Amino acid sequence: MNPIDTTEAAARADTFEAAREYRPPVLDCDSVSIFYDDFLAVHDVNFGCGDNEITALIGPSGCGKSTVLRSFNRMNDLIEGARVEGTISYHGEDIYHSDVDAIEVRRRIGMVFQKPNPFPKSIYDNIAYGPRVNGFKVDSMDDLVEEALTKAALWDEVKDKLKQSAFGLSGGQQQRLCIARTIAVRPEVILMDEPCSALDPIATLRIEDLMHELRSDYTIVIVTHNMQQAARVADKTAFFTAEAHEVTGDRTGVLVEFGDTAQIFESPVDKRTEDYISGRFG
Amino acid sequence: MTTQTARPDRPDLRQRRRPGDLAVRTIFRIAAALTIVITVGIVLALLIPSIEFFSEVPVNEFLFGTRWAPRFADASFGVVPLITATAWTTAIALFFAIPLGLGAAVFMSEFAHRRTRKVLKPVLEVLAGIPTVVYGYFAVQFIQATVLRDWFDLDTGSFSVLSAGFVMGIMIIPTIASISEDAMSAVPNSLRQGSAALGANRRQTAVKVIFPAALSGIIAAVVLGISRAVGETMIVALAAGQQARIVEGPLEAGQTMTGFIANAALGDSRVGSLEYNTLFAVGLLLFLLTLLINVISIAIVRKFREAY
Repeated sequence: MNPIDTTEAAARADTFEAAREYRPPVLDCDSVSIFYDDFLAVHDVNFGCGDNEITALIGPSGCGKSTVLRSFNRMNDLIEGARVEGTISYHGEDIYHSDVDAIEVRRRIGMVFQKPNPFPKSIYDNIAYGPRVNGFKVDSMDDLVEEALTKAALWDEVKDKLKQSAFGLSGGQQQRLCIARTIAVRPEVILMDEPCSALDPIATLRIEDLMHELRSDYTIVIVTHNMQQAARVADKTAFFTAEAHEVTGDRTGVLVEFGDTAQIFESPVDKRTEDYISGRFG
Repeated sequence: MTTQTARPDRPDLRQRRRPGDLAVRTIFRIAAALTIVITVGIVLALLIPSIEFFSEVPVNEFLFGTRWAPRFADASFGVVPLITATAWTTAIALFFAIPLGLGAAVFMSEFAHRRTRKVLKPVLEVLAGIPTVVYGYFAVQFIQATVLRDWFDLDTGSFSVLSAGFVMGIMIIPTIASISEDAMSAVPNSLRQGSAALGANRRQTAVKVIFPAALSGIIAAVVLGISRAVGETMIVALAAGQQARIVEGPLEAGQTMTGFIANAALGDSRVGSLEYNTLFAVGLLLFLLTLLINVISIAIVRKFREAY
């Protein structure tokens, strides 16, 4: 029936469920709808991302999962006409409140993009950029760069060529550089928007291993097209789908089901989730 | 019932004749060749009279002489006065045009809303369409006579390199702004997003990521601006003055290289005479200067650019 092996994810989820007392979510969506001008992209989303958890957002193309992810650190602000209704809160603070500085939000909630996007600078300067623009007072930028690259499992590969252009790295290395760059500003949450979709399977595995390691220090939210990946890395999974409007035909994303990854993959409550997971749709 | 056409035994893969293809290719090849032919022709047209000129006037005397009086009985061919006037007008033009042009470009590319940009850019480009003779009169009549002399009460005559240079600066703002705006807009949005996601504000993103990434296009824009300033004729012929003398301050008048050519080429010098050949020697120098600026800028771009 279902070709995806979820035993590992299930076992992990079980141990964690048992060990964890209730903690309020780090990121919480309450009745969130997102518009691009008049177009309703995502409608009435409710879920939360817990501390030191990996939450996967899955679903077919156009279901709004990336839109939701980008609203978590106000990246949608860069798109003219984008608008969020409802409340997205970070430790209980509404990040879309008029008093909130989007730049402060982004410093705490970092983001890794679908296509690796290193700056056209040296490897060193790519890492040092974030601490510099945020005015970090550090004793040694060299140490900070090394620490970030080490955490991103890239240090050994690049330590002899820190002054070389980041564009000389392979795609997988560039993506780990982007993760290191994000870590360097010491965020609490890391958002990942299909971070492996431009990478080969080996580079993908390295990024997934890295996510497991980062999990103890960071809250991670990942958008992925790859269901096996969600099953492998995520503690919680949110399944989105797109529904066409009866009259206009506009496709709007909705959250169908949210729960522990093992439950979503093994005993989905909603028929649409089951169809998607088992490959009958999408 | 469906009728099936019989499948041929062998697929027909033989060369086809495509006369349209050939015609188009020929036209483009001619167009490409013409640009080279014309360039070579211009260089030759400059070189041949210049060689004659330098057979009569030593290169040293031409390049380092400080008195320019080609039409006097007691003729002298030191080009330094013309160079000083060109240097002053160009420097003044760039002093105004680079900050304003780049500022406008950064604003349009990184800060302005879609709609503002849509209005601003065409308006700016209209500036580039104003005939330079109009700029020239604007410089003489308004900037020199009204602004500098009447309003600021400055000690200056009917002409000055300041008014010519300032108006020339206004003229090249659109060149610099438009081309560098194109270069900055061409920087992928993923870099802006990456920078924003690290907590950088728009100014930091513009200055530290977008500007360096677009540097080769920006330098190209500035170089084009410099070339236009060095080669601009009508504004300086009208507003800088016709007296070839070493210019020591912005309020002085002086004749630039292009100003001399425009002035001397009005038709009273005999073909083949030394005076006639002088025009080409100055023209050649102008050409070499522009070429030098281009070579230097390419070197700068190679050294500093951050290719994306």
